[in-house]
Amino acid sequence: MSAIRKAFLLAALLAPLEAAAQSLVTALSTDRVPILSNFTGERIAVFGVIQTDAGARPKDGWDVVVSVRGPRGAVTVRRKDNVGPMWLNLDARNYIAIPSFISILSNRPLELIAQAEVREDLRIGIDPLIPPQTAVRSAANDPQFRAGLQRLRSQQGLFFQSPDHVRFISPGVFQAQIDLPGIAPLGNYDVEVAVFSGGALVAKNQLGFTVIKTAAEQWVAEAAHKNSLLYGIATAMLAVLVGWLASLIFRRD
Amino acid sequence: MEIYLPIAEMPIDMFLILGMGMTVGFISGMFGIGGGFLLTPLLIFVGIPAAVAVATQGPQIAASSVTGSIAYWRRKGIDFKLAFVLLAGGLVGTGLGVLFFNQMRKIGQLETVIAIAYVLLLGIVGLLVSLESVKALLASRKGGKGMRRQAGRHHWYEGLPWKMRFHRSGLYVSLIPLIVLSALIGFAGAVLGIGGGFILVPALIYIFRVPPQIVVGTSLFQILFTMIAATIFHAATNQSVDLFLALLLMVGGVFGAQFGARAGANLRGEYFRLLLGALILIVAARFAADLVTPPREMFSVTPTETVR
Repeated sequence: MSAIRKAFLLAALLAPLEAAAQSLVTALSTDRVPILSNFTGERIAVFGVIQTDAGARPKDGWDVVVSVRGPRGAVTVRRKDNVGPMWLNLDARNYIAIPSFISILSNRPLELIAQAEVREDLRIGIDPLIPPQTAVRSAANDPQFRAGLQRLRSQQGLFFQSPDHVRFISPGVFQAQIDLPGIAPLGNYDVEVAVFSGGALVAKNQLGFTVIKTAAEQWVAEAAHKNSLLYGIATAMLAVLVGWLASLIFRRD
Repeated sequence: MEIYLPIAEMPIDMFLILGMGMTVGFISGMFGIGGGFLLTPLLIFVGIPAAVAVATQGPQIAASSVTGSIAYWRRKGIDFKLAFVLLAGGLVGTGLGVLFFNQMRKIGQLETVIAIAYVLLLGIVGLLVSLESVKALLASRKGGKGMRRQAGRHHWYEGLPWKMRFHRSGLYVSLIPLIVLSALIGFAGAVLGIGGGFILVPALIYIFRVPPQIVVGTSLFQILFTMIAATIFHAATNQSVDLFLALLLMVGGVFGAQFGARAGANLRGEYFRLLLGALILIVAARFAADLVTPPREMFSVTPTETVR
């Protein structure tokens, strides 16, 4: 919990420095998520303080949306179709710059926080963060592929949206929980905190954290990719060694 | 206890993998086969990406072949000359197999190719082994001899050129069918994550009439080197060999194999082959069922490139 306390302290210290009408101070409980050999996921806390002139607090209060976006990459979405009795991957669409992880956390449903056009403009929500398919193979734009992509990633826990993961501790002070699953991809994650009031954006902050492999995992993965030939030879030699050791252990004479 | 696999990039239950390695090791020790054809589908079934499952079979099969080879070597059960000829074909096949594997992966048909190939290969081999053992069982009930060597009958492949004499096996055959056979098995091995022992052993016995006491050791020795090559080729070209996964499978596998070998010693030959045939057919049926049942999820997502 010391990280959390530190974040609070940081927020409290920084807060008075921002003198704008409605300013936002935010902090993450960590900016580095190491993947150890027992990694099964991680919870990261986001803290925020909304600073405002005395008495200028909106009477409806504020709404907060925390958007987390993992490293982006190209993906191919394939659809199975039947050929005679068999089901094969036949049709495919390519997408580029698809976030490998999306988490949209808010204090109440997004529809109640801002209008669809506003959210679309600010790229808030899972759908606005997914670019349209790339125009290769002159394939018709089929919304089913995009929906399939969203559905699969959601099932894996990689795309997530929740209207009750941001909690106001007191007026102007909020906390959010980012849940990273065990299969969270490695890389840099952007965290965008947006504060709304009466359906309009009043403040925005950018944060970020990195998911990295540590020690043995990192070493293995790096060796496999950078010195792949040596890695292959070493793995094969290790296999021979294990087999040889086994025959020593179980030798029956 | 969960452990994070660095190449598959996912956490997995360590004991599940150890247990799978042990079970397959037990079966492989019992039947004297590598067990890749059982382990690859199991790994895919628990969520390991197909590419990682296939590529990681290499070190696992190599480890269990070392143990087996040493045992047969002590009993002088290896025809090294024959093994090296088979190895030459095996290496060519493995190289081509890895190229084909990478190409199929690129166009997104790897899973389909694996499934169809498993159905065909296991279906045919399973049927042949089962039928042969049923025939042998029926024959032994009638009191006749199981397999009779037909003297004086010659097959077309016995007339091919480049003949070589293999003293240990008492063979005098053309190199062409040996190399073609081992190249085909090497190819299948690289694409499907199997050692190919379950094809090579019956082929050597029934086609080339290599004495049974030499077949298993020679096949294990040849498989050891093809799998070392497969590991290196896969690691160097598609980086899908997961060291942690391989280690877990190896450790589970070598232990299981020891107990399996003891259990196998008490089984009668015909029943033994009938069991093996049934086992192979079950795996084939499982893949066939997957191919023809309408999938619950029509879509699949493959990341092709990630910016980190």
